[in-house]
Amino acid sequence: MFKPAAWLACLAPAALLVYHGFQSELGANPVETITNSTGIWTLRLIVIGLAITPLRWASGLNQLINYRRLIGLFAFFYGTLHFLTYFILDHQLQFTGLWDDVVKRPYITAGFTAFVLMIPLAITSTGGWIRRMGGRQWNRLHRLIYITALAAVLHYFWKVKLDATYPVYYGIGVAVLLGIRLWLQYHRKPASQ
Amino acid sequence: MLIKKAADLRESDVTPKETFLRRREFLAVAGSTAVAVATNGLGPVFTGTATALAQNPSAQKLANLKKSPFSTDEKLNSYKDVTTYNNFYEFGLDKADPSKYAHTLKPRPWSVVVEGQCAKPGTYNIEDILKYAPLEERIYRLRCVEAWSMVVPWVGYPLSEFLKRFEPTSKAKYVEFRTLVDTRQMPGQTEPALNWPYVEGLRMDEAMHPLTLLGLGLYGEVLPNQNGAPIRLVVPWKYGFKSIKSIVRVRFVENEPINTWKQQQSSEYGFYANVNPQVDHPRWTQGSERRLGEFFRRKTLMFNGYGDQVASLYAGMDLRKNY
Repeated sequence: MFKPAAWLACLAPAALLVYHGFQSELGANPVETITNSTGIWTLRLIVIGLAITPLRWASGLNQLINYRRLIGLFAFFYGTLHFLTYFILDHQLQFTGLWDDVVKRPYITAGFTAFVLMIPLAITSTGGWIRRMGGRQWNRLHRLIYITALAAVLHYFWKVKLDATYPVYYGIGVAVLLGIRLWLQYHRKPASQ
Repeated sequence: MLIKKAADLRESDVTPKETFLRRREFLAVAGSTAVAVATNGLGPVFTGTATALAQNPSAQKLANLKKSPFSTDEKLNSYKDVTTYNNFYEFGLDKADPSKYAHTLKPRPWSVVVEGQCAKPGTYNIEDILKYAPLEERIYRLRCVEAWSMVVPWVGYPLSEFLKRFEPTSKAKYVEFRTLVDTRQMPGQTEPALNWPYVEGLRMDEAMHPLTLLGLGLYGEVLPNQNGAPIRLVVPWKYGFKSIKSIVRVRFVENEPINTWKQQQSSEYGFYANVNPQVDHPRWTQGSERRLGEFFRRKTLMFNGYGDQVASLYAGMDLRKNY
């Protein structure tokens, strides 16, 4: 029942970008503003998505699971915008230039890995795919988000010029959320995943 | 903790587009007026070139600017772009921070200490420094090491005019510059983001090169605080971090100074820092750049397009090693 609100909240950063774009308020370097905003929202939504399962365990609020797909798909949405900004404006849709970057520059390698691994997750996000694959297989596939989260943090960490405070914060966040899973796997068996 | 204060610029301060597009007329008028003034000895009858465009009514205008053959005729970045997109970590790490927080800097009174290998060391007042040579407008490309660029109408005079007054000795092989350290005026210095004070340096022949400008203003008025008031370097063929801001100390030295970014991360930032599309930053490409105001990237030019004038300074040097 809070789904429309969650939808709007997830859409707000993109809507704000569009609004500020029309108002010419994206600063002296709008491309940079768009790239940074879409990038950071991708990572934030990944972290929020990763927090849902531990929150369920901790709170017993099982209906939280209903928001996970929405958050995951919005993470993919912002990741796609982030990637396209770079692919179109930096590489003018040239695959050779993109590939040179991916191979040569660690921060691009990490960012590209994070993005590409989200594609199968977005495709298989429907109920139909869960049925077709079976819950167990599906759960296994969707653990790719762990790699995406780690790669996204690395991407951010390697990109900043000087002050790595925020990348480190996000790194700690992801480490805690993945650590909880590991710890629980060894110490007790949760009801589901 | 930083208390946010609204930027001094308002929407109404922005150059009307019509005025901006007519800037060449102002420059032409100013140029001919300057000539007329010089030949007829009429005194300062005309105030400023780009001043008519600059939007900060409280700023002190700089009059009778000479035009320079070194100026590019590329499209200028707006006053707003030039004054709200700054790397000046003494006021914070975000590009918008300097325009928000640099109001705490007091560019008057200001003096510069000159010392080291020279015959006339001493403390020199900014009001006098402004009069050491005729002020020129120099429209230069500025290329940041972060792979963005802009075109700025600087005001100043050749650094050589400044330095030679102090009669550097034969032992002066390099000249080192330091930025002010004062946490009340530069609140960003309470954080150890960089090792304060910010230090930069040039080889003597680079410092004396006619392209190297002692920056005292932009857009026809004194430097806004966020752009390095009241006195800075402008070295257009080098990455922006070489163009040190808010200078309080100049020292003639025998050995190569250790500049701040090299000290911070010597694998990524060197002493020379010449714009060079063939030598990438270890983490990102230097082969292209984004000119502010453009969406697609453009090719970066060797020595930022000033190769004809400066390439000979580096004849025989391995620019891959001396990045």
